[in-house]
Amino acid sequence: MRGMRQATEKKHRGLLLWTAIFVATLALGSTKLSWAESGGQSSAGNLTGAGSTWVYPLVAKWADAYKAKTGVAVNYQAIGSGGGIAQIKAGTVAFGASDMPLTPDALKSAGLIQFPTAVAGADMVYSLPGIGPGQIVLSGPAIADIYLGKVKYWDDAEIAKLNPGLRLPHTYITCVHRSDGSGTTFTFTNYLSKVSPEWKSKVGSNTSVAWPTGGVGGKGNQGVASFVQRIPGAIGYVEYAYILENHMSYARMYNSAGKVVSPSLQGFQDASGHVDWTTAQDFYVILTDQPGPDTWPISGCTWQILRKNASKAANMQVMKFFYWGFEDGQSMAKAIAFGPLPPSTVAAIKAYWQKELGYTI
Amino acid sequence: MNGPETLAGAMPGRPKSAGRAWPLAIEFLFRKAAALAAFLAAAALFATVLAIAYDSRLAIHTFGVWKFLKSSEWNPVTDTFGALPFIIGTLGSSAIAMILAVPISFGIAVFIAEIAPRWLKKPIAGAVELLAAIPSIVYGLWGLLVFAPAFANLEPWISQYLGSIPGIGLLFQGPPMGIGMLTAGIVLAIMVLPYISSIMRDAFMAVPSSLRESAYAMGATTWEVAWQITLPYARSAVIGGIFLGLGRALGETMAVTFVIGNSDMISASLLMPSATITSVLANEFTEATTKLYLSSLIYLGLILIAVTLVVQFLALLLIRRLGRREGVAA
Repeated sequence: MRGMRQATEKKHRGLLLWTAIFVATLALGSTKLSWAESGGQSSAGNLTGAGSTWVYPLVAKWADAYKAKTGVAVNYQAIGSGGGIAQIKAGTVAFGASDMPLTPDALKSAGLIQFPTAVAGADMVYSLPGIGPGQIVLSGPAIADIYLGKVKYWDDAEIAKLNPGLRLPHTYITCVHRSDGSGTTFTFTNYLSKVSPEWKSKVGSNTSVAWPTGGVGGKGNQGVASFVQRIPGAIGYVEYAYILENHMSYARMYNSAGKVVSPSLQGFQDASGHVDWTTAQDFYVILTDQPGPDTWPISGCTWQILRKNASKAANMQVMKFFYWGFEDGQSMAKAIAFGPLPPSTVAAIKAYWQKELGYTI
Repeated sequence: MNGPETLAGAMPGRPKSAGRAWPLAIEFLFRKAAALAAFLAAAALFATVLAIAYDSRLAIHTFGVWKFLKSSEWNPVTDTFGALPFIIGTLGSSAIAMILAVPISFGIAVFIAEIAPRWLKKPIAGAVELLAAIPSIVYGLWGLLVFAPAFANLEPWISQYLGSIPGIGLLFQGPPMGIGMLTAGIVLAIMVLPYISSIMRDAFMAVPSSLRESAYAMGATTWEVAWQITLPYARSAVIGGIFLGLGRALGETMAVTFVIGNSDMISASLLMPSATITSVLANEFTEATTKLYLSSLIYLGLILIAVTLVVQFLALLLIRRLGRREGVAA
């Protein structure tokens, strides 16, 4: 017994030694560390929402400013779109957020309404030595063929045709995708389904799909970005914000008007601006492959979902918050690469509230 | 118990003084509390399994057991689900981890117990144990940002030399991405190392020094003492430690999700991306939008519990058999 106790004491002394070394190193290093500020979330928030992780940075940013201005705390939990829909159906939150719109039938049967929040975009990134940002031009069908495994090398005729004059290497294309279910994947696969009948019949669109080539799955935008940067010849799709942040090599794209465009906030907004929201029932329009000469083809948005039979006061609080975001939160949205909704869309949302709820801002 | 006596009187062989009443009351409460704690733990396990089984009933009903286990299709769009790629990924990455971690742990334990000078024992034991204190998300980030890029530089060499061996060469072919089943196995090995090695070390240190010293006196080498004296003596503790590590490897989630590459394709090569039951759960749970999808994910969790229970059961059998053989030999 005594021996054992001595042994554990020795063990502990060893542990102590290393802990001391570790703490000392940390103390030295911490002078250089800048501590991330903790998100000031009040547990006694009087407005709660849950859902999409995609829209989280925007709602969080708006919520901070909104609280400073009005004193109303918005507590948004990024638990994923599926969770957001379940929570709003159960009535445990004031609003749910989903990256995939619900069909008008599904909304009707559950007594829900939905409206868009802001437009964001995804783009293809790649790593090819010597080929920089914006140098490669891709089209929807070409991307679909790459992810279907029909185009295997960068110097394939289908890519070369889109890039006359660019010397493409004979490098194997590794397809990188999001491993976690995400709205970005939904937007991306929805776009491919629109431009490639083969993709639509073989794969389809969802927040996660069965990838035909297997490929590599990275967790989050960051995971995809780091795999693409790491693996020579890799291609992947990430949100626009990550391209800016990581200075990645992005592709330019042919849009539905046949023009070559670079990803931009204006391009995302145009995707929304060309939709006739007054005829689109329940805003059930997915913003991929929209018309317009400057429209970015892989644009998407997040929908906020409300319950029709919630109290007027509760719904008004949510509506006020988002309306404030539409009006006063535009520069905040732009700063984190979300395109604000154009005035025509905001007007359509106001009319929709009046029609569905019987009251509006 | 015979008749209505006082609590103190009920205990035979104890002095019947009033001064013993309090300790005995505490004894009574302590025994009940201990029993309650044990039953609560068992009940929690039982309730968890029941709840998971209940929530996966839709998937069980739709796909059955055998069909779900052997199907390799995982397609959220068509609502068709099968567990095979993830079972293979889970067992494969854990097997790699054990193949790497067990011999290294043995080496660490022997070094600390037999070879190391006194002043070196403590820092080394402490360093190994601190590995267990690192959160798994940190292992994941380290694996993704530090280990995988370095390993990617090594992989062309691996596929050139090991990949050309007939037969097992199939295991080592593919593009050098730095992530995949092998990377996940290596990161897992580092994570389970402290558990296995500290149990081994404690078991080795508990071997009576008379045994060890007689062997040395007979002219045995360090290797002979470790392999023929220490290891057989400490065998059941060593096996227990190995299976504790294996249980951890099977259930590890975050670190694996970062480095395994998350692909549901089944590939012969260890350099190719794969996925484990835990990684697909972590990845897809939040955005599982249909009922069948969610139910299938929970079903995967049920399968993981089953796999772990089977492994534990095998461990028990192995220990029993070894114990019996030991008894016969003696």
